[in-house]
Amino acid sequence: MILLDRVTKLYANQERPALDEVSLEIEKGEFVFLVGPSGSGKSTFLRLVLREERPTKGQVWVAGKELNRLSNWKIPALRRQIGTVFQDFRLLPNKTVAENVAFALEVIGKPAAHIRKVVPEVLEVVGLEGKEERRPDELSGGEQQRVAIARAFVNRPILLIADEPTGNLDPGTSVGIMKLLDRINQLGTTVVMSTHDQAIVDQMRRRVIELEGGHVVRDQSRGVYGYAR
Amino acid sequence: MRANFVASEVSSGIRRNLTMTMAVIITVAVSLGLFGASMLVRAQVSTMKDFWYDKVEVSIFLCGKGSDTPSCAGGPVTGAQRDQIKADLDSLKPLVDSVYYESQAEAFARFQEQFKNSPIVDNVKPTALPESFRVKLSDPTKYDVVASAFAGRPGIEQVNDQRKILDKFFQLLGGLQLIALLIALSMLVVTVLLIANTMRVAAFSRRRETSIMRLVGASNFYIQLPFLLEAAVAAGIGAILAVVGLVFVKIIVIDQVLAQSFQFTAFVGWDAVLAIAPLMILVGVGLAAIAAFFTLRKYLRV
Repeated sequence: MILLDRVTKLYANQERPALDEVSLEIEKGEFVFLVGPSGSGKSTFLRLVLREERPTKGQVWVAGKELNRLSNWKIPALRRQIGTVFQDFRLLPNKTVAENVAFALEVIGKPAAHIRKVVPEVLEVVGLEGKEERRPDELSGGEQQRVAIARAFVNRPILLIADEPTGNLDPGTSVGIMKLLDRINQLGTTVVMSTHDQAIVDQMRRRVIELEGGHVVRDQSRGVYGYAR
Repeated sequence: MRANFVASEVSSGIRRNLTMTMAVIITVAVSLGLFGASMLVRAQVSTMKDFWYDKVEVSIFLCGKGSDTPSCAGGPVTGAQRDQIKADLDSLKPLVDSVYYESQAEAFARFQEQFKNSPIVDNVKPTALPESFRVKLSDPTKYDVVASAFAGRPGIEQVNDQRKILDKFFQLLGGLQLIALLIALSMLVVTVLLIANTMRVAAFSRRRETSIMRLVGASNFYIQLPFLLEAAVAAGIGAILAVVGLVFVKIIVIDQVLAQSFQFTAFVGWDAVLAIAPLMILVGVGLAAIAAFFTLRKYLRV
């Protein structure tokens, strides 16, 4: 699903690379935690996979495509296969829950009949039935994140990237979100999630990739957040 | 492509950015109006040229009693000289289209008609006006051929080309047109900058939407289309206003004021307006599209 081959990313005006000769592979269907302190390269990794950045050196493969060789007009097709969820939800405040989810389909030109069918379905999957007409500011943080997950998942992506999805949520709510992401993973979508949430990582016992200073310092198949932190 | 979705995005974009959109509409209208006006002046000059060049003649004035140019040293023109000039003119066909001889009496009658309301008529005697050949050329620009053949010849006082007088006038109109065009061009530059800036503000105010669109894999075309249409709609409205202004100028200023006051000359017809209007719309929408295209490339990259 994702393959990094000796990838180095050096941002302009920075001496130390954000990622330094990183090689790793994530298989289809895996659930992977990406941990590490701020500035360790987690976000850079996610941005490379989304092709928001290009590596300075090395190759990034996503869904069978080498992203350096992917021409600009093919990027949208790549991103349609990847769902994204962020710490700050990124919902449109002037649209309802259903409209926010539908927006993701409208802007890729899906027909209205298809949208009418799949939006209620995905809202049910994330547990928001009955709240279709609410606006984001009428929802709790956990519910807003569910809307964002619904939007990321509505197009049935093969890969879901979650950048600290529980970063703004209390522990109880976070558990619900993690159950949802786990369910999405069970449905066949590969999930890559960066997090600082120790309790969640320790509880889920999934593969953990730890980055520090641009290097992979740990890659455990049933890992915990870290030792003695 | 979901037409109603795009339409609602465009209308909400315009409403959100209403003051800037108004500024774009007005600037487009004014600059295109000036552009159209300068085109109209140009059409007017060419209409007048057609009208007047058709009428201009080369006048060959013959020596009279009081003539004092060297070629008239031999006194008033003789009959033999007159006949020879006429014969030579006829030999210049087909450049010489027609030759008309105007006697002193005819010249006096025409003079009286032209200045019938002026006291100057009473002071002029028929013998004060020279007899002349009025020569019409098939190609008015070849005046020099006639001038070099006849100027300075005994019995001929002067060879006059009416075109020269007209040309001064047309030069003045041409200058006015150039000034209008320069102002129009600088206004068009301002318009492009304003549209570019408006796009920038619009892109900024919609950055949340566009960032989500990019993430979920909307194509560049889909992301940029609402902005392009916004610019095109604003520029289109401005262009239509400018065309309405042009039609207004044609009906009120040209047909009702100028054509009534200056009946001796021709004015541009509707054909000129019909030719200019599409050009204005094309320039307006084209400029908006160019400005939007380059701005969007800068601010809405994938």
